[in-house]
Amino acid sequence: MAGPATRGLLATALPLIGKRIASGALTLLLVSLVVFFIAQLLPGDAAQEMLGQAATADAVAALREKFGLDRPAPERYVRWLVGMLTGDPGYSLVANMAVADVIAARLPNSLLLAALSALVSVPVALTIGILSAMHRDTRLDRGLNVATLSMVALPEFLVATVAVLIFSVQLRWLPSIALIPADASPWLVLRSLAMPILSLSVIVIAQMARMTRAAIIQQLNQPYVEMALLKGIKPARVVLTHVLPNAIGPIVNAMVLSLSYLLGGAIIVETIFNYPGLASLMVNAVTSRDMPLLQACAMIFCTAYLLLALVADTAAILANPRLRNR
Amino acid sequence: MKNAIRSWVKALSGSGRVGLSLVMLWLFLAVFGPFLAPYDPGAFVAHDVFAGFTAAHPLGSDYLGRDVLSRLLSGARYSVGLALAAALVASTTGTALALVTAVSPRWVDEGISRFVDTLISIPSKILSLVLVAVVGSSLPLLLLVASITYFPGAFRIARSLAVNLAQMDYVQVARCRGEGAVHIALREILPNMIHPMLADFGLRFVFIVLLLSGLSFLGLGVQPPDADLGSLVRENISGLGEAAPAILMPAIAIATLTVGVNLLIDSLPGRGRRIAGKE
Repeated sequence: MAGPATRGLLATALPLIGKRIASGALTLLLVSLVVFFIAQLLPGDAAQEMLGQAATADAVAALREKFGLDRPAPERYVRWLVGMLTGDPGYSLVANMAVADVIAARLPNSLLLAALSALVSVPVALTIGILSAMHRDTRLDRGLNVATLSMVALPEFLVATVAVLIFSVQLRWLPSIALIPADASPWLVLRSLAMPILSLSVIVIAQMARMTRAAIIQQLNQPYVEMALLKGIKPARVVLTHVLPNAIGPIVNAMVLSLSYLLGGAIIVETIFNYPGLASLMVNAVTSRDMPLLQACAMIFCTAYLLLALVADTAAILANPRLRNR
Repeated sequence: MKNAIRSWVKALSGSGRVGLSLVMLWLFLAVFGPFLAPYDPGAFVAHDVFAGFTAAHPLGSDYLGRDVLSRLLSGARYSVGLALAAALVASTTGTALALVTAVSPRWVDEGISRFVDTLISIPSKILSLVLVAVVGSSLPLLLLVASITYFPGAFRIARSLAVNLAQMDYVQVARCRGEGAVHIALREILPNMIHPMLADFGLRFVFIVLLLSGLSFLGLGVQPPDADLGSLVRENISGLGEAAPAILMPAIAIATLTVGVNLLIDSLPGRGRRIAGKE
């Protein structure tokens, strides 16, 4: 399929995408500086925390030396950064094991939850977005607008508690705690994940549908749409065959950007359902002031966020000929 | 004045008027709520824990047998007041920094913008969790955490407005007249960005209410004996299996507040439909 047109597109788009990747990497580096700096503001340090108030000064000093806490801050930062990059982000004081091991046990769970939620929310949001763009300024559109506008302002724990009340307390269909036994069948896994997925999807769908609607309406305002309509093509056909292919870039952009809501939503949803994911792990790290673990979790979330933004921008670059030729 | 308000309200859509009423109601409750409470919010007054709706306790009782309506009325003060203060700090800081970048040399603009872009690249909940882990969660520090988390968004919007305004003819004229940077920022640019920034202030307020109640729900926000609406949800979470009003009512209360502000902002005159969201 790699015809000359495709090759030409890649030749102009690749440098732009490369530039975007470089600027994303720089941002990630700055983010790591900010996270490290904030963590340094904590009074006392890990050695003190580990040994408690009663520890002798000598013992604290010895432990400090062991962890390299007696080194100047820039050196510790570089060590931490290199550690993060090589897969060794330090030692979790509360779990009493390597941060990498703690995270390795949780990360797949979170990725599974995020992937399934995306799978549910994307088609629904796409449908709502397209419907309300096609019926712009009708009663349907206004109704959907008020609905999605209200949904984006709902607190996550309201969505989750209402889901529990309906599906596990009243109907008794689904378990209210998302524990997955190691040898569970796929069906059982899906059943126990159903409510976290539902709650996360409700949170993401509203935002995604609004952004999709905006992306499509921007296309509907183009002259070629008016031309097609004037030629007598049915509106539904115009949207499906003319507008959608052109709006694919902006829509993918909107979808991917809205998926970043999963990161924030997961924090409440994983906690409320006791789901053993990365977000609930991070909340535990905050409660116990386990800074190495907290810093590592924060960096993973920031990386995920920047990756989503990168994918969104890449979609926009590939879809926009004007951006490509600039 | 009276007529101006009347015509302003008339210009709102139906959903906008619903939003306006909800906002007014919550502002009223934040100020007068504690005086309207039928019981002492800390007193054990009900015979039963997690009771349903009764005449004596219209919103039921909580996990210790306290009156939910009274606790909700006193909690409104924390949720609304703290978020208002934090949104005010965030919006003012963002606007002030944006004005500085608009009238400063290029390197100042680039420095500030780079820094704010970095903060924006950290998802807001993650940033606030890291901050809370370090500084703790007393009321003034929660205010600080929420402002730090949400001023970058205000800055970004204010900066794009200010940069555009700085190119306007009347600003150029003021420059040629030899006006100083302070005059240009405060007298020429600021008055023309007040309206969009007020709408943005409303959005910041919604974000912050959701953030702070979320933190309280996780046990990392307002600490006992104080309780905001998020804390009320948290402390009654064991009543979920009994479908107790004690857990649902505070959560619904927060929703009416945030949805109300969102509906109001969406129908403000002179604003096209926009994408409101949580950022």
